Amino acid sequence: MNWDWNAVVDFLPHFRDGLIVTLQALALGSVVSFALGLVWALLVRTPTRWVSWPVGVFTEFVRNTPLLVQLFFLFYVLPEWGLTFSALTTGVFAIGLHYSTYTMQVYRAGIEAVPAGQWEAATALNLPLRRTWTVVILPQAVRRVVPALGNYVISMLKDTPILMVITVPEMLGEARLYAQETFRFTEPLTVIGVAFIVISYLASVLLRTLERRLVR
Amino acid sequence: MTSGLWELVLRGVWVTVQLLVFGGLLATAVSFAVGIARVDRRWIVRFLAGVYTEVFRGTSALIMIFWVYFVLPLAFGWQLVPMWAAVLALGLTYGAYGAEIVRGALNSVDPAQREGGIALSFSPWQRMRLILLPQAVPEMIPPFANLLVELLKGTALVSIMGMGDLAFSGSLVRLALQESVEIYTYILLIYFVIAFLLTRAMRALERRLKAGVGRAPAKAGGARARVPETAGAGGGA
Repeated sequence: MNWDWNAVVDFLPHFRDGLIVTLQALALGSVVSFALGLVWALLVRTPTRWVSWPVGVFTEFVRNTPLLVQLFFLFYVLPEWGLTFSALTTGVFAIGLHYSTYTMQVYRAGIEAVPAGQWEAATALNLPLRRTWTVVILPQAVRRVVPALGNYVISMLKDTPILMVITVPEMLGEARLYAQETFRFTEPLTVIGVAFIVISYLASVLLRTLERRLVR
Repeated sequence: MTSGLWELVLRGVWVTVQLLVFGGLLATAVSFAVGIARVDRRWIVRFLAGVYTEVFRGTSALIMIFWVYFVLPLAFGWQLVPMWAAVLALGLTYGAYGAEIVRGALNSVDPAQREGGIALSFSPWQRMRLILLPQAVPEMIPPFANLLVELLKGTALVSIMGMGDLAFSGSLVRLALQESVEIYTYILLIYFVIAFLLTRAMRALERRLKAGVGRAPAKAGGARARVPETAGAGGGA
């Protein structure tokens, strides 16, 4: 086993570039998944079977198929349909879409956990449906599910290396590039592996604090 | 698509199924070993098992795969056959998630059951094998079913290392046909069907195991089966 600290130092600027891209993809992907997940959760609850059923099937399909293949699908198929996006945009959309099918279930659980009395009170006060959702149900539901959503942000972090395959220069992409230039695999791969452990551990500590703050 | 290309896809399906079966077996073994170690009486065993889960759940599966493929041969001189390298990386990673499921299910067994075992002077190993596991295992099945689907999705990652699984055969067909909609739709559908069959099989297994516990003389067993499952909730962290 030969470990070269110089290679680690050499790799650090690349590591920083990759870290920034990873965090960017993570932040944007989270936003997309939170927003889309809420849309799915609301659509599945619509009374008409013509909306709720296709949405249910679609999300089930996306949840049960590999993100990697979905990524290839979007990366190669969208240009064929005349829609060209940057690799990062495609990646963020793919990862956001994939995880929205998970956050959707989290939202659904949160909505179902709102006591029935809240619905009845909203009806008794003659609140229109829109206001019932925006000021009564969702604020209570979302507050409850923040920790569960946070768990999916951590899972998403661990899926960002997949974006490498569509040429997004995130951490693993940078490590591979560096390894191909210098033929040193051990150092860059170990550095980013440790970085992932540290980031996800810190994130889970942060999340536990947040959980204590929000859920009482 | 020509029949030759379909044959390529079928060979990919076979590799994916192999990865799923072997990876699933290794992950199950790791889950039970580490999960049981996490409720051990000695703190050092609990601590080491905890470190294992934190480390393997902390990294991404893809980085594990890269590590096993590139660092193990260079650093330690172990060159594994691609299939076993992939199974090792997947099994160790998903086993760490499974360990949390096992730990959660073991903790959710009524403490009185364990105390009853002590009162009847069962040895710790007998308590685990005869009292705790038979009640905990049916509770583990639903989260394990989810984990298996995650593992199936994880097997696609090995195509990045050039292993000829389903996702890889998809890329080959795309290159051959210069057209992506059709082949990727088929590939996604095949993955979906495999996941669907897995979920169905696990549901049948759960019914059988729960019926087994329900028939047991202990009356409380059936009532506790409906306690909401909390073991899988912390999947991400």
